[in-house]
Amino acid sequence: MNKNDALLAYALRLGDNALILGQRMVELVAAYPELEEELANANFALDYIGQARMFYAYAGELEGKGRDEDDLALLRDENEYRNLLLIEQPNGHFGDSIAKLVLFEAFYLRQLEELVHCADKRIAEIAARAEKEIRYHLRHNTQWLIRLGDGTEESHARAQEAVDNLWRFTGEMFAADEVDNVFENEFDGPDLYRIREQWRETVAAVLEEATLAMPEDAWMASGGKAGRHSEHLGYMIAEMQYLQRAHPGASW
Amino acid sequence: MYTQGLDQKDKSAPKREQLETPEQLEAFQARIDAEEKIEAKDWMPEAYRRTLIRQISQHAHSEIIGMQPEGNWLTRAPTLKRKAILLAKIQDEAGHGLYLYSAGETLGVSRDQMVAGLLSGKAKYSSIFNYPTLTWADIGAIGWLVDGAAIMNQIPLCRCSYGPYARAMVRICKEESFHQRQGFDILRVLCAGTAGQKAMAQDALNRWWWPSLMMFGPNDADSKHSAQSMAWKIKRFSNDELRQKFVDVTVPQAEFLGLQVPDDDLVFDQESGHYRFGEIDWQEFIEVIKGNGPCNRQRLGKRRKAHDDGEWVREAARAYGEKQAAKAAA
Ligand SMILES: [Fe+2]
Ligand SMILES: [Fe+2]
Repeated sequence: MNKNDALLAYALRLGDNALILGQRMVELVAAYPELEEELANANFALDYIGQARMFYAYAGELEGKGRDEDDLALLRDENEYRNLLLIEQPNGHFGDSIAKLVLFEAFYLRQLEELVHCADKRIAEIAARAEKEIRYHLRHNTQWLIRLGDGTEESHARAQEAVDNLWRFTGEMFAADEVDNVFENEFDGPDLYRIREQWRETVAAVLEEATLAMPEDAWMASGGKAGRHSEHLGYMIAEMQYLQRAHPGASW
Repeated sequence: MYTQGLDQKDKSAPKREQLETPEQLEAFQARIDAEEKIEAKDWMPEAYRRTLIRQISQHAHSEIIGMQPEGNWLTRAPTLKRKAILLAKIQDEAGHGLYLYSAGETLGVSRDQMVAGLLSGKAKYSSIFNYPTLTWADIGAIGWLVDGAAIMNQIPLCRCSYGPYARAMVRICKEESFHQRQGFDILRVLCAGTAGQKAMAQDALNRWWWPSLMMFGPNDADSKHSAQSMAWKIKRFSNDELRQKFVDVTVPQAEFLGLQVPDDDLVFDQESGHYRFGEIDWQEFIEVIKGNGPCNRQRLGKRRKAHDDGEWVREAARAYGEKQAAKAAA
């Protein structure tokens, strides 16, 4: 894989992660019991949609075929999305959402911190902006995971179950493939092995404070980064793309 | 408007009200007449306080329930930019709910009490949000017509005699006018688009026009709270005056879009400079207020489910808070 192809693939992945997670959060709008959490979720979802737009716009330029953010976000087929499997998992209950966000954002924040110093200027610029946003999200979501874990017996059990269920999707974040390797070597990109160590430290500390057990690393699911998704993604994309597909070529 | 409900009687006739003297009431009215702002700590008649609690909490509930019809198109927004704009708008509405509950709390009711009134079905919210959003054009129609109607009503509320409410309204009005422009822009693009898109826009206007006119509440002759609210300067214009103003402003905008207002009796009266419009179907309005609109059950059901689903989370937060407090005390 050459340098340019890796850069394009990397930008698209970042866009896909941001969009698919943002879309999951959008599904929760108007369903929060407390206004403060409603506002936080909408705010965070807006950050992700904004990040997706920046990564896609750049990917479109790199590709050079005239595709804009919406062509990339809303007119690709399911197997062309390269987001992590963790991110496309359905929302479940509040504890499921929070656990998913903490597990992902503890990784994403490290990834962005590294990207701020990468050799590609545009990626570095977008990462610098996103990093500030995600740092704030992670702090907020971590506080919730701790409250749930160290709250009541019921909330503890629910939070533990959520972490246990999602754990098998965490390995994919650190499983470097060709895109990751070329991006690391050619653009001074993140070293996923090192990020994994940092991630484990962060997550272990959060789980400990939350009085939750860290699951054993066992079998890990993968495929999202290669376009092999769970059944959940197809429905999400069908809903998300509905108007673009139903009215080809229309402006909105 | 957001407080148009045919509301229920307050059965707990408060003792304080019986102790109010004519001198107190007169002095209060003199302050109102002098355009003084009434603040939370000031003396006020019980009926004034009750009216404001009812109005402010209904307004807050409307902001919250109003997130649902728009949220219905958030996952299907046609572009990322439209998705972001709609998300920001819905977030604003949640913020409006928050300011308004806070304004309500200055009158001695808690947010929990107000929310309990909503969940039990006792408190009302604007009838408009009991209509479904069936196409993307409905999102444009809501911004243009519903936020537009809200602005008509709320601009005078910025001068409401109750200070905390007036100040909340100043902030809210700024955001509502953004929403209105964004909604109009959605329709502008649809109307300049394909035949299918234009048909979608016309269909949305057909369905939202009359319910938007109903947002201003009953005709003046049938509006039981209006006279007192006007005297207290909670209200500055009557329902019919505001409705007329809305029609006058909105009809030319529909013409600009190339859309047909669904009213055969609509005609511009040169002499008065106003549009004359047809009779509103008040039976429909009453049914929607009574709970028989297309989405009443759905909207309230979703709010109740959110509340119930949050129970274990609230308990967890409470338990965690107690543990932390115990640790800090130890
Ligand atoms: Fe609002
Ligand atoms: Fe609004």
